[in-house]
Amino acid sequence: MTRYLLRRFASTVVLLLVMVAFVYVIFYALPANPAVLVCGKGCGGGQLAAIDHKLGLDQPEYVQFWHFLEGIFVGRDYSSGPDVSHCAAPCLGFSFQNDQPVLSLIGQRLPVSLSLTTGAMVLWLVIGVSAGVLSALRVGRFTDRAVTAVSVLAFGAPIFVSGMLLLMLFCGYLHWLDFPVYVPLTDDPAAWAKNLLLPWFTLAIAQAAVYARLTRTGMLETLSEDHILTFRAYGLRERRIVGRHAMRGTLTPIITLSAYDFGYILVGAMLTETLFGLPGLGQLIVQSSNNVDLPVVAGLTLVAGAAIVVANTAADLLYAVVDRRVVLT
Amino acid sequence: MTAELITEAGAAPEAPARGRQVRRRLYADRMAMAGLVIAVVMVVAALAAPLLVHLEGQDATTYHPELLDSARGGVPRGSFGGAGGAHWLGVEPTTGRDLFARALGGARISFLVAFGTLIVQILLGVGIGLAAGLGGKVADAFLGRLIDLAISFPQLIFAIALLAIVPGTFPRPILLMMVIGLFGWGGTARLVRGQVLSLRTRDYVSAARLSGASRTRIALREILPGISAPLVTYAALLLPNNMISEAGLSFLGIGVRPPASSWGQMLSTATTWFQADPTYVLVPGLLLLVNVLAFTVLADGLRTALDPKAPSLRGGRR
Repeated sequence: MTRYLLRRFASTVVLLLVMVAFVYVIFYALPANPAVLVCGKGCGGGQLAAIDHKLGLDQPEYVQFWHFLEGIFVGRDYSSGPDVSHCAAPCLGFSFQNDQPVLSLIGQRLPVSLSLTTGAMVLWLVIGVSAGVLSALRVGRFTDRAVTAVSVLAFGAPIFVSGMLLLMLFCGYLHWLDFPVYVPLTDDPAAWAKNLLLPWFTLAIAQAAVYARLTRTGMLETLSEDHILTFRAYGLRERRIVGRHAMRGTLTPIITLSAYDFGYILVGAMLTETLFGLPGLGQLIVQSSNNVDLPVVAGLTLVAGAAIVVANTAADLLYAVVDRRVVLT
Repeated sequence: MTAELITEAGAAPEAPARGRQVRRRLYADRMAMAGLVIAVVMVVAALAAPLLVHLEGQDATTYHPELLDSARGGVPRGSFGGAGGAHWLGVEPTTGRDLFARALGGARISFLVAFGTLIVQILLGVGIGLAAGLGGKVADAFLGRLIDLAISFPQLIFAIALLAIVPGTFPRPILLMMVIGLFGWGGTARLVRGQVLSLRTRDYVSAARLSGASRTRIALREILPGISAPLVTYAALLLPNNMISEAGLSFLGIGVRPPASSWGQMLSTATTWFQADPTYVLVPGLLLLVNVLAFTVLADGLRTALDPKAPSLRGGRR
């Protein structure tokens, strides 16, 4: 187990380093003139030379890459004469358009993304798992077919279309909700939840479809196993068999997938955040891409990659914790 | 020589019978047939777009301010977004451009990018999958890791990142195909690698190897035909996915640029109009939804027809 953990940790670190190199090459080595991209539209020649110097772009590539790495682990200073901007570790870059380190931009957006992802995850787990169990218990009958049909529809629908349809129904037609405006949880919990309802459901509907299918398959598989047959023969109540024993076998893949999805949606809910105007990480990467604010895009790409890698590792570890039969080697 | 005799003896007599069986199963699948009809109608409409738009008597770029109600912020006059005999699906708010023409333009972009991306994905996926499966231990270890990476990485984020650094003058649809394809070949490669690993121990492949066939020849003549069925079904499933990716990127404002139209781009401008002019939202939204579902159901039907034992999207008995 310890050896596995060490190896897994080492491979995670290697993967992260590869990613750092990849992001560096894409954003700083490949473009002909990164200063133009970093500065954004409408920068003059003098400004460009200053940025070149400030970012160290006038130095050889390997020195630049070293500074890039150095920034991530110990922080770095961007200086041109008297104008010094310090970027503390982990320095993911400096956004000249916002005049802020990328990390603090990310910090401002993180609560929104966390709110969105956590709420949606609770919803999709509840909806998906219960629909899947229901479907498995009524296999082949009307409930099962209805659940399956709805989940094909929910899974197939592009998320910005289903979100838009929800918006039209609940804001435009029924007038039950206003167009969402993000309110921090600490300001007003009720308004926070009310405004996030539509984004939560939009994400949850698409995700619940996957979880329903996964639960249904897992449940059917577990229910046909021998030990369940034995429980039935003992005369255990059906509720107990399903709720305690069959559920355990079913939950394992669901928990691992949740860990992965959480990491992914935290940084990758671009479509939902853009549709509902939520100022989260996904919206930040889209806006920065549209404004050609490259350090932010590069920093977020790194964060996204890291989130996925970490979530993947967490998912594998959880797998072993939940299912004792799994031996990690 | 020996190899040819063996494969031909093995494959030839059953092939036509199998094709007929697959077609019969597909025809019997009502959902899949509905999907097929919708898909064919839409593709034909997209191909014949200039003709249809000419028939309607409109074009995608002319502004029609006279059809808009300026007192209400530029909403089209009349019900259903100004739909009628002259403008079959109504007009766009604030500009008055014909929605039918723009929607068909969106269909062309959607299919063009989806099919183009598919070609990139298949070429990369099959190439890397074959190389991993047949290339020996080191190649497999390296490529296998690469495939894992390609699958687990957030496709859309990397696509956005790449799109940010490419100059705006590069033709957008081609760029989209390359970017979506570049991050979307992982699934195909994994499928191909898995199939290759199970096929390469078969007798007919050993026979080909013993008779001195080169590795490339084995890959192309012996293995590739054997994996065509799962590859076709997988490719069919990729198509609707690619349509969603293109629409998504265009929705985010990073995909197709105006004046070209795309369903995703139309939807993003429609976001603010969902109360005043619902038709404007519904036209691109439902087109995208219906097409994606049609292609998905068709692909699923194809999979069940080719391999009735495979688990279907639509559940089934199990």
